Amino acid sequence: MLTMPLQTNSSLNDTVIKLEHVGKTFGEMVVFEDICLHVNRGEIVSILGSSGSGKSTLFNIIAGLIPIDHGKVAVRGTVGYMQQKDLLLPWKTVASNVGLPLKLKGFAKEDIEKKIKEYLPLVGLEGNEDKYPFQLSGGMRQRASFLRTLMTAEEIFLLDEAFGSLDSITRGQMQKWLLDMKNKFDNTVVLITHDIDEAIYLSDRIYIISKIPAEIKKEIKVDFHNEDKNKRLLSPRTLELKQEILKYF
Amino acid sequence: MKKYINTDRIYPIVGVIITLVLWQLIVDFRNVPGYILPSPTKIASALIRDFDLIRFHSSRTLYASFIGFGFSIGLAFVLAIVMDSFEIIKKALYPLLVISQTVPIIAIAPLLIIWFGFGTLPKIIIVVIVCFFPIVISLVHGMESIDDDYLRLFKTMKATKLQIFYHLKLPFSMVHFFSGLKIAATYMIMSAVIGEWLGGDRGIGVYMLRAKNAYALDRVFASILVIVIMSILIIYAIEFIGIKVLHWQTERDEE
Repeated sequence: MLTMPLQTNSSLNDTVIKLEHVGKTFGEMVVFEDICLHVNRGEIVSILGSSGSGKSTLFNIIAGLIPIDHGKVAVRGTVGYMQQKDLLLPWKTVASNVGLPLKLKGFAKEDIEKKIKEYLPLVGLEGNEDKYPFQLSGGMRQRASFLRTLMTAEEIFLLDEAFGSLDSITRGQMQKWLLDMKNKFDNTVVLITHDIDEAIYLSDRIYIISKIPAEIKKEIKVDFHNEDKNKRLLSPRTLELKQEILKYF
Repeated sequence: MKKYINTDRIYPIVGVIITLVLWQLIVDFRNVPGYILPSPTKIASALIRDFDLIRFHSSRTLYASFIGFGFSIGLAFVLAIVMDSFEIIKKALYPLLVISQTVPIIAIAPLLIIWFGFGTLPKIIIVVIVCFFPIVISLVHGMESIDDDYLRLFKTMKATKLQIFYHLKLPFSMVHFFSGLKIAATYMIMSAVIGEWLGGDRGIGVYMLRAKNAYALDRVFASILVIVIMSILIIYAIEFIGIKVLHWQTERDEE
């Protein structure tokens, strides 16, 4: 992957992810030809698109897991990547799963335990340290997975349909919880979703992506006068944005 | 309190008892000679009579079996790790491993006796040849079947190859490993016995061969019974260890 230091002019000072004319093919299949996007520090940005539009490939590129064919990718900060499946290791307890990134980084056992003790209450999992993943509900598993992502990297979160497998009630709770976490840790979040409501509710900006060969069809700024995101879903502006987004599908 | 009877366990016990009773009745009422088919009571009395001798020979067989089994496990781990780490080696070795299993062990065993003598070593080698295959294949298959998403997750956590092996591949492949181990355990005693048939002066296979040459079929059946009991106990022991090691899976399945 081509990575480059970000330009330091004033307009780009706060940019933590920048993709310029990125292209990627798998064999004969052209996934992207010319993708450009950016994410600023502290933003929540959604990548909205239907299935098979190469969204996960985009995240794999940002996370540095696969190389690109052409273009430039610049990422400033540590990246944590959370996928739709919680990917908790079934043979490890909640504490061991959550503490795994620290263990891999070579932290001392006492430091890992201390950090887990400090962070578990933040995601409402205190008292569940010694439970195994199969003993947790879907929401609890996602929160444990989220905390593990946080232990991997605190600056940039890539959430690939992270709540896609949950029922709508748990999903709503997890979305609210994500906003709380975002406020607490002040990190940058990039979401992949195919849920328009979720994108409007959570995001500051939305990129609408087409099917492969994927391109950015539209960048939409989610501008609400009322900054309280909890009231967004009932706002008439949500309907307007939804209508605008639906034009591209 | 209402007591529940586990019929799953009762049926095979009843089946064995009925078979033994029928066997005894047929031998007694049709006057079948002992050198053709001994009755279950004759076999039991031969077992009691020769108990010390059978115990001595069985201990030698167990010794060769366990040493061979231990080597099989160690060798299987080394080879599985190498095959998992180097795709070229896997491609080169996998067909050879499969071909090696198509060669009848009864054809190789005499060669091992010629090369390594009549001691314990050729028996151990035969156990390794027989038991090694199911273990290595199960390990390789276990490592192969890990979901790519897990590998990606570890890469985002900047894990080294060794860390990926220790924290992901090894525990993940344990489920497959214990399945392979149980298959290998069923062959373990049998392969040592085959080695003993071809030469040597101790082992349950040697005892069996001598009894057969003397047409003492009650002793032959007694030794078969001992081999079966030893094999079943080993399989149960492995199953027990498997449940302890894979406790998370057992508890999850029970949920």
